[in-house]
Amino acid sequence: MGSILIFLGILFGIGLWWLSRQGLMSKPWLEQGVSVAYVPTESASPAAARTGLRVFLAVVGSLFALFISAYAIRMQMPDWRDVPLPNTLWLNTGMLVLSSIALHRARQSASRGDEEALRLGLLAAGVTALAFLSGQILAWRELAEGGYLLSSNSANAFFYVLTGIHGLHVIGGMIALGGTTVKAWRGIAPERLALSVGLCATYWHFLLFVWLVLLSILTGWAGAVIDICRQVLG
Amino acid sequence: MVDVPLGHVGTAPEADSGDIELYHPHSWVTKYVFSQDAKIIAIQYSLTALTVGLIALVLSWLMRLQLGFPGVFSFIDANAYYQFITMHGMMMVVYVLTALFLGGFGNYLIPLMIGARDMVFPYVNMLSFWVYLLAVLILVASFFTPGGPTGAGWTLYPPQAILSGTPGGQDWGIILMLVSLMVFIIGFTMGGLNYVVTVLQARARGMTLMRMPLTVWGIFTASFMALLAFPALFVGAVMMLFDRALGTSFFMPAIVEMGQVLERSGGSPLLFQHLFWFFGHPEVYIVALPAFGIVSDLISTHARRNIFGYRMMVWALLAIGALSFVVWAHHMYVSGMNPYFGFFFATTTLIIAIPTAIKVYNWVLTLWRGDIHLNVPMLFALAFIVTFVNGGLTGLFLGNVVVDVPLSDTMFVVAHFHMVMGVAPILVIFGAIYHWYPKVTGRMLNDALGKLHFWVTFLGAYAIFFPMHYLGLMGVPRRYHEIGDMAFVPASAHTLNAFITIVALIVGVVQLVFVFNLFWSLRSGKPAGGNPWRATTLEWQTPETPPPHGNWGKDMPVVYRWAYDYSVPGAADDFLPQNQPSAQPVQGTAHG
Repeated sequence: MGSILIFLGILFGIGLWWLSRQGLMSKPWLEQGVSVAYVPTESASPAAARTGLRVFLAVVGSLFALFISAYAIRMQMPDWRDVPLPNTLWLNTGMLVLSSIALHRARQSASRGDEEALRLGLLAAGVTALAFLSGQILAWRELAEGGYLLSSNSANAFFYVLTGIHGLHVIGGMIALGGTTVKAWRGIAPERLALSVGLCATYWHFLLFVWLVLLSILTGWAGAVIDICRQVLG
Repeated sequence: MVDVPLGHVGTAPEADSGDIELYHPHSWVTKYVFSQDAKIIAIQYSLTALTVGLIALVLSWLMRLQLGFPGVFSFIDANAYYQFITMHGMMMVVYVLTALFLGGFGNYLIPLMIGARDMVFPYVNMLSFWVYLLAVLILVASFFTPGGPTGAGWTLYPPQAILSGTPGGQDWGIILMLVSLMVFIIGFTMGGLNYVVTVLQARARGMTLMRMPLTVWGIFTASFMALLAFPALFVGAVMMLFDRALGTSFFMPAIVEMGQVLERSGGSPLLFQHLFWFFGHPEVYIVALPAFGIVSDLISTHARRNIFGYRMMVWALLAIGALSFVVWAHHMYVSGMNPYFGFFFATTTLIIAIPTAIKVYNWVLTLWRGDIHLNVPMLFALAFIVTFVNGGLTGLFLGNVVVDVPLSDTMFVVAHFHMVMGVAPILVIFGAIYHWYPKVTGRMLNDALGKLHFWVTFLGAYAIFFPMHYLGLMGVPRRYHEIGDMAFVPASAHTLNAFITIVALIVGVVQLVFVFNLFWSLRSGKPAGGNPWRATTLEWQTPETPPPHGNWGKDMPVVYRWAYDYSVPGAADDFLPQNQPSAQPVQGTAHG
């Protein structure tokens, strides 16, 4: 359970830092009036959406940290046989990186007001993300044809479950991205789309980060880290 | 984000509706069924949860009938008994307590108490309820499937949960249970994001974090914890579903079932326990923290006294929330894990007693020299303090490894957690319903019926669970369908069991008085006015009662003070509402 504890430790650290700036030491019973008060954001919507996404990412992060914890515990069992990773995964990783870069560019174009570049960026991000997903399915087929079935070893099962859950999150992101792309092609001003594009980009970077972590664990690079986690708690 | 057209506010002129995106219902269906108004969603959540609660109550009756009068009721065989245990536990913990505190009270109180018009993502909020309802329906459906619901115990420990010896293990029962939990978690995440982000982003002008009522602090902290803890249950459920349906061996060790070697190997049942309790222990505080918050507000209001040590109360809430993530394995002392871990977890468990004790002292010190009004909400709040202390003290016993090991499989544990996690939060829920019903409906609940409900419930709960500790100390085991004749169980234990059963039936019946009161008072209750308890917090200062869609009419409230200005020396009234600028009473802030 080391990885989830580390994850929560980081999260609680952020929470503590944030709370320390919220006047937690103030003495509210001595204060009156609004002058000491915080000023609420004028229009709740963009700030709320950004905060909402951040909190959601914390939830998703917690989900993957727990899966990784489970992985670390299960892989200690003597029946564990590592999965040879299909080479397709490297191509897929490249696709996801490209997708993230494209969305990053799209975010910049949206705030610049460059409609053409925005459309191009969104389209490129969508296509590469789709390529990533199809690549993942190809990787699954490659493994299955190689006899690495879901039920034959837990290492295989973890591979399918981790990539599957990650893929589902990408699909969820595709829905939001699809909606934004449609709006961009309908000619809604790029400035008005900046928020949605920005949210998509943040989500994409996060999923890329999660994927890189998962990859490092599936390839065994993270073995040393997992060993440390295991020392912390079985 | 949902783009919603700005229309007309039903009752208020549209002058102020421009500064906040708000969904405006146009038909009966969008107003009361597929509503995006947090208050309607709160009522939907609460009624659904109370209905599930009644089902779970009947299940507990059936269990008690078997324990009190073994062999008399032939339809309660061992399988049925385990199914009742499992469904009672899971329903009460997840589908009743969590849903009521966060989905019910969270939805109703957060926007009103912080001075917002609604939740920040109303559409997602609506989805949250319907997904929750779907989860409930899936769970209840398992009663009607071949083989019936799962009887794996509410902790669903593998490998037994998915083997054929357990009711529902190789039928639909366990599958529906796991799917229902996953759906519930998805629905809760939608709601939880709303509760957290609304508190962070939508507070009224002047409402600093440290001016928030403790109810909001409690629900806010608990929502955060639930968002981080429920994924653990989700992960466990996904993996067990794979084990059950697709033949993987995440949790399944090599095992011989009914003389047959199964094609499983290497799985770790302990892994599931880690995941389950990583959710399961924070879950205790996900239920307790909103209860702590609500009780603080009830006590302060009905004792006409500011809460003692407000800052300490907030810090203690946060400390309990954080600590509750590092104590989970105290549920696993007898699971065969490394004994050194037991030492670590016993230490963290006992450390939680410190912030918890701070809260109890502060409640008592709030009451000290207060002008205590012994009305129904206050009675329930006081009963909570007593019950929580009682249940907490036995927690100190069980938190120690050497004491826990002999007591772990006895009725002592059942008595402990029913006191601390069953009775205590339920008392707060009742108190809170008596307290806020006037705001929700505009009418008071009947006082005489309320007092009857309180005294029978309170004394009855003690008559049920106090003797149960004693049974546990004698060694009467839990989870047994029938004790039979064992040398160490004297005949008096059977008499005591029969007594407990009879009291449980009486307490159960009195809940019907409460349900009757809820419906009867809707039409015939005494009109409450806007602020019957003369309370300071914002929800009592709405221009209309019950508050309409959008809560505040034309002008948003501005907050000038903290939530506990009761009996301020020199003030004209014994309470100063949070939105009142000076100590002089302002005409018309609290209308009749």
